[in-house]
Amino acid sequence: MSDKMIEVQDFQKVYGDFVAVDGISFDVKRGEIFGLLGPNGAGKTSTLESLEGLRAPDGGTLRVAGLDPHSETRKLRNVIGVQLQSAGMPESITPDEAMRFFCAYHAVEPRYDLLERLGLNQKRKTQFYELSAGQQRRLALALAVAHNPQVLFLDEPTAGLDVASRVELHDMMRELQTQATTIMLATHDMAEAEEMSDRVGILLNGQLVTTGTPMEITATGAEFTKVSVCTSNNTLIDSTNQIPAVSQQTIKENYAIYFSSDIGPTVSAIIARIEAENDTLIDLRVERPSLEDRFLEITTNGVNS
Amino acid sequence: MNAFSHHFSFEFRTGIRNKNFLMLFYLFPLGFYLMMAVIMVGINPPFLEVLIPAMVLFAVLAATMLGMPDPLVNARENGIFRSYKINGVPTTSILAIPALTITLHLTIVAAIITISAPLLFDAPAPENWLNYVLVFLVTVVACSGIGVLIGVISANTRAAILWSQLMFIPSVLLGGMMIPYSLLPAAAQKVSQIMPTTHAMNAFNSLAFGRTADFNPWASLVILLTSGIIAFALAIYLFSWDSKNTARRAHPALAALVLLPYILGILFL
Repeated sequence: MSDKMIEVQDFQKVYGDFVAVDGISFDVKRGEIFGLLGPNGAGKTSTLESLEGLRAPDGGTLRVAGLDPHSETRKLRNVIGVQLQSAGMPESITPDEAMRFFCAYHAVEPRYDLLERLGLNQKRKTQFYELSAGQQRRLALALAVAHNPQVLFLDEPTAGLDVASRVELHDMMRELQTQATTIMLATHDMAEAEEMSDRVGILLNGQLVTTGTPMEITATGAEFTKVSVCTSNNTLIDSTNQIPAVSQQTIKENYAIYFSSDIGPTVSAIIARIEAENDTLIDLRVERPSLEDRFLEITTNGVNS
Repeated sequence: MNAFSHHFSFEFRTGIRNKNFLMLFYLFPLGFYLMMAVIMVGINPPFLEVLIPAMVLFAVLAATMLGMPDPLVNARENGIFRSYKINGVPTTSILAIPALTITLHLTIVAAIITISAPLLFDAPAPENWLNYVLVFLVTVVACSGIGVLIGVISANTRAAILWSQLMFIPSVLLGGMMIPYSLLPAAAQKVSQIMPTTHAMNAFNSLAFGRTADFNPWASLVILLTSGIIAFALAIYLFSWDSKNTARRAHPALAALVLLPYILGILFL
């Protein structure tokens, strides 16, 4: 089998006159976590649902673990796991019953350990409609991974989760990754995408405007890196002209804050100046532009163009 | 236990947990049965003769026409079928299992009516028990087929209720349960032959209770069974996993084909 677990080539999805996805192409390798980002209506759901076999593509080719999701749906079911945005369970089903029910259709033993791990042990006999939104999402996740899928699709997996559940989910994602599970993560949470994804793709108006590692994507932006410095004698105040590549300087709570377009020379110059002034460095923080900054830059420009 | 039996077991248990289901499957038909046995038989004593088949048919109608379509529409609209599709639950299971669980619920209700009516109200019991069970099962197939088909073709809950009532009310009024077929005007008799209950009452009366048939009771059974099979086949063919996916195989109007056996019955019986 190819190392590419998800292959998307010139994929197009059209609803009437509306082109939801306009000829996008990307690959996801085995064991990779790929973050699919984009504002509402960008084409994320159409892409995900077509890869999951829920919709037929209108153009291009899709492959998931070497299978055509539209024509080989039966084989696909045991290869993929899907956590849908809305859990979609009968209201009176209990987590125990749901686990037995779905595992039976995947011909695997029920994984009650997952319910325990995801904090649902006390709720195993509780009907679905009585679970909180977070518990419903955790159940959906447990069901999605219970049959050890090769490819896992997570649609807004941490929406409505508390901090502990979110950490548990991220741990589980990393563990699955070590077992070579490929994960496609669709999320609006940029911090999560940046932390968890090996690569991300940003969709805008049905087109894939950029793909790469979070580092690569943030590095290509026009945003400046923020450097905050605190010294014992405050000698850096009013030193804008002597620090290279700095476009703006502000002062906040004894910190000199620089916005640099080239971080190397800027930091070197700051250190040199502190030494030259016989001052003492107390704190230095470098904050590169986040994925969220870059996402906003891309989507704002895209929407405005 | 395989996937199908897990699915059946879960569907049956969740049906018992659901208050609306309990109301439609048990309380409503059994309450109506008690009311009819006391009031209707008091007003119209000959009704006692058909109390058992009429009330069993009422239970079948309530469960299948009123109880089946709405959960199917809701499951589709709430994304439950999408979850099922992703996890490999086949269309046939999605449609057949509610019909099978309803058959089990209805068997319990029918047993309560059939056993209690002779004891409590001195209603005549079936003479031919084998035929009684046969007619009951064939009627459940026919009516649950229509119930499933309504659930599949209805775009929303309101449409499902409309179609359900359109089948339920005329069936109760003209389907031989309240007014015997033989007492209906000729034109109304033709209309009533398009309803499953007319054929079910004809078959019950003749094959199970040893009374004179209005028309060939075996033909009635064939019509019921054929329409049930057509209904399930059409439901599978027209089934859609979610309302957002508009790619249906054919127009829902194709569902009208379920009436074909009844129309042929009007022409040839």
